[in-house]
Amino acid sequence: MGEEAKALSVGVFILVSVIKSVLVLFVLLTAVAYTVWLERKVVGHMQNRWGPTRVGPFGLLQPAADGLKFLFKEDLTPPHVYKPLFLAAPMMAVIFALTSISVIPFGNSIPIFGYNIPLQITDVNIGLLLILGVTSMGVYGVALAGWSSNNKYSLLGGLRASAQMVSYEIALGLSLVGVLIQSGSFSLRTIVDAQGGRFLGFIPRWNIFHGQFIGFFIYLMAAYAETNRIPFDLPEAETELVAGYHTEYSSMKFAMFFMAEYANMITVACVATLLFFGGWHGPLIGPPLVQAVLPVFWFLAKVFCFLFLYIWVRGTLPRFRYDQLMSFGWKFLLPLAIANLVATAIAVAW
Amino acid sequence: MSFHLILFLAFGAVCVGGAVNLLAQRHPINSALSLIAVMAALAGEYLLLGAEFVAAVQVIVYAGAIMVLFVFVIMLLNAGVEEETKGSRIALLFGVPGVLTSSVLMVWVVLRHSVTEAVPIGALPGHPTDIAQLLFHDFLLPFEVTSVLILIAIMGAVVLASKPEATARKVG
Repeated sequence: MGEEAKALSVGVFILVSVIKSVLVLFVLLTAVAYTVWLERKVVGHMQNRWGPTRVGPFGLLQPAADGLKFLFKEDLTPPHVYKPLFLAAPMMAVIFALTSISVIPFGNSIPIFGYNIPLQITDVNIGLLLILGVTSMGVYGVALAGWSSNNKYSLLGGLRASAQMVSYEIALGLSLVGVLIQSGSFSLRTIVDAQGGRFLGFIPRWNIFHGQFIGFFIYLMAAYAETNRIPFDLPEAETELVAGYHTEYSSMKFAMFFMAEYANMITVACVATLLFFGGWHGPLIGPPLVQAVLPVFWFLAKVFCFLFLYIWVRGTLPRFRYDQLMSFGWKFLLPLAIANLVATAIAVAW
Repeated sequence: MSFHLILFLAFGAVCVGGAVNLLAQRHPINSALSLIAVMAALAGEYLLLGAEFVAAVQVIVYAGAIMVLFVFVIMLLNAGVEEETKGSRIALLFGVPGVLTSSVLMVWVVLRHSVTEAVPIGALPGHPTDIAQLLFHDFLLPFEVTSVLILIAIMGAVVLASKPEATARKVG
């Protein structure tokens, strides 16, 4: 491309941002629906049965059928709940789950109509902190849902879930600081750009090979606990607490909690890809048109691998008991994360 | 009427509105949620000053951890709607004009003795590296002393929350 990219005027910038937001939101919500499909198929095959197969080929229309079901189901509001928070909690959960996708970069800039458009809704200098901030605000959806349901199972489930999320946030944040020390910036695009290139000609310079191996595993475990997934899903275990904090919810509100959980999973997978696996870096082959789009394909492939890992672990491991969960987070993961941080800092300062 | 000023007034309105709502609500959980709105609006104000790191940390620490603690306490103690107390007519007659007068006087004195100009974004150090320089280089001793203070608080909490038999066995 020999021509200079034009600078974006305010109007064009707003238009481009709106289009990007709508597109990313649409793709994210579709991805959430099909992650549910993927989970049902994969866990089904692991348990030696078919997953959904009736609705559409390979059950691919199952999410559409589920969406219609949620729309037509009766939306109960039990009389004993504290109404304002009962209605607001699922909305808060979904809002915070969908917000963090706005700083995630999917690839390099692509040139359209002479403008260079970065494949990210917005590149703030504190992108990583924004994701951590939105994660800490996500506790409110769960805690307030549990409390406002006015039901002992919900209250206990909500309190357990929020205590778990708050405890593992610390290990989550500390595991990311190792990456920050090596990259020197909070901006996600800068962190990914620092992972280009290769060692010895063939090992890619991803952070996981560049010293953050333990950091990656700490992040993975803390993220599984943050998103309340097996093996850390005691707060929503059916055998323990009916359904935990979303016992009293039906129809669309329950679907909102469901969407929030899977959107959080997707965000965690995206952040792991960006921070530890080089984001969109991958072999660029083919004609220039293909090369402009190939980074996005690599990014999506890596995110898919993480989602598959999430579902694989779900199908394999039993869940932790609550006291085991809390002592694992505070007595093992937190000291390990601090040790990782100290080792990284010493290595960088050497 | 720049966009900057409009955003400042919007966040300021949310801040003040949230603070007034905090006092006006009768159920403590609503007050806690109003306080969360105040914290979030303050984070917006910090962003308008160009202090991006402080804004992010405000959301993570204040709105995301301290207020969660407040909400936990309200939920666990099952705090209900406050009971009505008898209002005092003297407080209404002398209190409200008194507060208004003293606040007007304070604002007048402050404005008289300060240089009031809008701070453009980027005028003050807000980049994380600047803050790190201040925290770990210029103000290292106060930083370390503060962490010792927090450690003492943690130890106090652990002692207060431990089972009585354990301490009795240690004493007797």
